[in-house]
Amino acid sequence: MSEASAVVQLSSVTKRFEQQEVLREFSLSIHDGEFFTILGPSGCGKTTILRLIAGFEHADSGQVIIDGTDVSTLGAEKRSVNTVFQSYALFPHLTVFENVAFGLRMARVARTEIESRVKEVLEMVQLGDFAQRRPEQLSGGQRQRVAIARAVVNRPKVLLLDESLSALDYQLRLKMQSELKHLQRQLGITFVYVTHDQEEALSMSDRILVMHQGQPQQVGTPRQIYESPRNLFVASFIGETNVLNAKILRALDDYRYEAELEGRYQRIIHADRRYQPGDDVHVLLRPEDLRIEYLRDAGDKPGFVGEVKDRNYTGRTLDSIIELPDGLQLRSSEFFDEDDPDFDYSINERVWVDWVHGWEHVIPAENLNR
Amino acid sequence: MKPLSRLRVSGLSGLGLLLAGLVYLWLYLPIMLLVMNSFNASKYGHSWQGFSWKWYEKLWGNSALIEAFTNSLTIASLAATGATLLGALLALSLHRYRFRLRKLSSGLVFVVLMSPDIVLAITFLIVFMALGIQLGFWSLLIAHITFCLPFVVITLYAQLRSFDPYLFEAAQDLGAPESAIFTRIVLPMLRPAIAASWLLSFTLSLDDVIISSFVTGPGYEILPIRVFSMVKVGVSPEVNVLATLLILISLVLVCLVPWLLKRKA
Ligand SMILES: Nc1ncnc2c1ncn2[C@@H]1O[C@H](COP(=O)(O)OP(=O)(O)OP(=O)(O)O)[C@@H](O)[C@H]1O
Ligand SMILES: [Mg+2]
Repeated sequence: MSEASAVVQLSSVTKRFEQQEVLREFSLSIHDGEFFTILGPSGCGKTTILRLIAGFEHADSGQVIIDGTDVSTLGAEKRSVNTVFQSYALFPHLTVFENVAFGLRMARVARTEIESRVKEVLEMVQLGDFAQRRPEQLSGGQRQRVAIARAVVNRPKVLLLDESLSALDYQLRLKMQSELKHLQRQLGITFVYVTHDQEEALSMSDRILVMHQGQPQQVGTPRQIYESPRNLFVASFIGETNVLNAKILRALDDYRYEAELEGRYQRIIHADRRYQPGDDVHVLLRPEDLRIEYLRDAGDKPGFVGEVKDRNYTGRTLDSIIELPDGLQLRSSEFFDEDDPDFDYSINERVWVDWVHGWEHVIPAENLNR
Repeated sequence: MKPLSRLRVSGLSGLGLLLAGLVYLWLYLPIMLLVMNSFNASKYGHSWQGFSWKWYEKLWGNSALIEAFTNSLTIASLAATGATLLGALLALSLHRYRFRLRKLSSGLVFVVLMSPDIVLAITFLIVFMALGIQLGFWSLLIAHITFCLPFVVITLYAQLRSFDPYLFEAAQDLGAPESAIFTRIVLPMLRPAIAASWLLSFTLSLDDVIISSFVTGPGYEILPIRVFSMVKVGVSPEVNVLATLLILISLVLVCLVPWLLKRKA
């Protein structure tokens, strides 16, 4: 995408708190109208990025550009972005109506217009009948909606949401996830959403930025992030992954290589870039990439043979842990087969395992003390 | 099982009720006696000699006492107002700015709070003499504002600390400049605590004998001191009347606070 369609841009932003450098030469470009999620473990700097965009924090160096204007030195009150706080931060002494009207009053919008815009937004979040309530008289989900209404009524360029759903219980969170997504499409506003919940990130976002210790790890669509993680951190943070160490033996063609896995299995692997013989790589296998068969059915097909160490029926899938002779454990997850309800393994049964060829993902080896 | 446990609970609460009753009796019986005696025709109050307004009339005629009374009310309301204003400023800046002296200055507030009255009284006296301030209205007012100040600061600061700090950021985020955050968020949310601080200061000021007796001059007498000198020669019925009036004032204030707070909310 071209720079022109970037509604938020951070370029070479460095941010320090006292001695600690939280972000170093950090750059980011968020497209107009997208649902952008910043995902990463606790303390990786997600909130800091959001607060830099909102204007609550200021970068030690680098620029923050919103809608083509350098706002690096502007305070939060002068930026055309709004924030939905994790704690909602509703004004306890004001009614729902006045909470939502606050931003418009600050902007000196005409009274009749305030009236109609607040009403419209409250209808949109299904709180039309709650205008005269106070925040303390609302449920968690309703407060959440007021917080969103209070932000979007100002028609910001960008809406910033910091772990906005994490305080809600599981059912409500699912409901609000789809409502948020729906709202974002309806309004066409860019959403920048912060979470440490990878499922939430995958299901809601157009694009995801994965962060680790202040460093961006990968930016991409949920699919890219899940299917082609760029490194071990992304692979293991998003979903479960089996990591096999391998050495490239020789190239068969541009993307197929003969490799030695875990120092003992010679297999053909598919990679999405070029490697040289002798290169160390990791072969990443999602649990659902693995196939298990009874030894008697497998015959002498190439594959691994291991022992079932654990199996767990989750309702939709049968999750197993298979231990190979050298102690390496593989996690597999197979869809439960309705036609074959007996399909199950007993603990310590020896089985045949292989992956669906072509589904593996290969990345350069990282020094990792496993 | 159920009826038994219910029985036990009700037995317990019965006992609790009795205890509470006794405590209230202990607290209020003397006050009730005092109020009754203010209407007692008898001068000594050992026996009921019939209802009478005469002590009230007598008090009304005692212009020195009435003057001390109005002086007290004047000082109390001015001191409460001054202490609340200054205290609010101090609490707000303690809360708002992380200046280096914050620890020190909040420590100083506590020092004033913990000092025995007599120490404060002597300190005031020394300061006023050193500055050449005549003992009287102004010295009294300054002293009262000063000893009320820590209570105001602590009340308001605690209240400010209890606010979600993101509220202020949320307001800023919605386009509110510093001044609007103050007038539309901080002040309205702080209003109950401000009212409470004022009333607390008012009561503290009205109550004070020790410090006042040091820093006031012959030209400006206030009620507690006047009463104190009166009761040295025995409790006169006029003192009962005064006390009754004071109780009435505090009752009105006690009822006023929730009403004030509710009206705002
Ligand atoms: N105001 C501050 N003063 C000092 N250090 C801070 C401040 N804010 C954040 N940090 C530090 O910066 C780092 C990143 O913090 P940040 O809040 O951005 O993390 P996060 O990714 O949002 O984490 P979480 O998922 O726990 O909310 C942390 O190590 C944190 O301790
Ligand atoms: Mg955070």
